Amino acid sequence: MAKVSLKINGKEISQDVPDSVMLSDFLRDYLSLTGTHVGCDTSQCGACVVHLDGNSVKSCTALVADCNKSEIVTIEGLAKNGKMHPMQEAFKKHHGLQCGFCTPGMVMSAVDLLQKNKDPSEQQIRDWLEGNICRCTGYQGIVAAVKDASSKM
Amino acid sequence: MKNFNFKSPTNTKEAAKLYTGKATFLAGGMSLLPAMKLRLAAYSDLINIKKIKTLSGIKISSKSLRIGATTTHAEVAASKEVEKTISSLSKLADGIGDPQVRNRGTIGGSIANNDPAADYPSACLALNAIINTSKRKIPADKFFKGMFETDLKKGELIESVEFEVPEKSGYAKFPNPASRYAVVGVYVSKLKSGIRVAITGAAHSVFRSKELEEALTNNFSPSSIDNVKIGSKGLNSDIHASAEYRAHIIKVMAKKAVSSC
Repeated sequence: MAKVSLKINGKEISQDVPDSVMLSDFLRDYLSLTGTHVGCDTSQCGACVVHLDGNSVKSCTALVADCNKSEIVTIEGLAKNGKMHPMQEAFKKHHGLQCGFCTPGMVMSAVDLLQKNKDPSEQQIRDWLEGNICRCTGYQGIVAAVKDASSKM
Repeated sequence: MKNFNFKSPTNTKEAAKLYTGKATFLAGGMSLLPAMKLRLAAYSDLINIKKIKTLSGIKISSKSLRIGATTTHAEVAASKEVEKTISSLSKLADGIGDPQVRNRGTIGGSIANNDPAADYPSACLALNAIINTSKRKIPADKFFKGMFETDLKKGELIESVEFEVPEKSGYAKFPNPASRYAVVGVYVSKLKSGIRVAITGAAHSVFRSKELEEALTNNFSPSSIDNVKIGSKGLNSDIHASAEYRAHIIKVMAKKAVSSC
C-alpha cells in the first residue's frame, strides 16, 4: 500500500492505495471521476489524458503511487461556476464530438497545447493531437474547435 | 496486471539496495507499464528512479552532450542547448510517440528497453555515445545486443548518456502513422573519427550500415547514396512493410538525413 496525497481539481485528497493502481483507475473507481475514460489501456488512444503538474499525460500509464504530491486536473476540473471552459464550448459549437468517448482526453490535450502555444497552426494542432484517436468525427470539427478556442483563451 | 511493490528511492545507493528479487527500474514507464498490463513482463518490485535528482538534466561541454537517464523526451526537445549543439537530436526527441508520451518517456528508459523501432538507439550509435551506468561506461557499439536486449547486467542502472558533438548530423524517419515508431529511421553523422550511419526499425535491433558509411566517406552528399545497394536479407518483414520495402526506404531516409545536415 502507498499513502498518496494529491490535489485533484483543486481538492486535497489523501488516501491509501495499492502500489499497482493506475491513475486512471484511481480517478474512476476510487473517486468516481468517470469523465476520464479508459479506451485502449495501453497509452495509445488518449481517452484517459489528464494534466499532471501542468502537463498532459496518459493516466492509464501512470501509477498513482508515482503521482504522490502532484496536482492533477481532469475534465471535471475545467468548468468554472457551471460555465463550460472555452475549449468545451468550442467542441460543442464545431461538432468536435459525436459519441463522446474520446472527447475528455481530446479536450485535455488541446487545453495543454494552448497553454504551450497560444496560436497554433492547423498542422501544429494535428501534430499535437497525434496521441488522441477519434473514430467518429474525421477530426475536422476537432481541429476547427481547437483553432476557434485559441482565439478565446 | 500482477501486483507489485512500488519503491521510490532518492539516491542511487538506495536504489541499488532496493533492487532485490525480481525487481526492475521504472523511469517514465511508457513501455514497461503497458508490457506489464499485457503480461509480457512481470516484476515483484518497481523501483522508481525519477526522484533521484542526479539522474536528470542536460550538460554540455565542447566535445560532448550529456543527458541524464530520467530526462524526458519533451525536455530534450525543448532544450535550446541541445538544439544549438546537436539539432538533429532535438528533432528526434520531438518526433517520439505523441506529446503525452514525450512528457513522461525518458532517454534512459528508451535505450534500456532497446525496442527495435525506437529512435534513441540510432542516435547513440551514430553519435558514438557512451552509456554511463552505475557500474561502468559502455560504448554504444557494445550496448545494443539484439531485440529488446542490451549489455546491461542485473541491477545495473543507466545514469546518463554522453553523445559526441558531431561536425554535422541528421535524422530522418519514416514513421508508422499510428504509433510513430520508426518503420525505418536513419541517423547520419560526421564525427572527427569518421562517418557513422545508424539504422533503426529495419531489423531485429539498431545497426550501422557499412555500405552507406563507405559511400558517404567518399562523398558526403545525398547523391552518393544513389548507387549504394542495400540488400533486404535480415530486414524485418511485417504488416507494416516488407523487407524489400524497408531496404528501399533506408536509402530514401538516408538521403533525407544527409540533406538535412
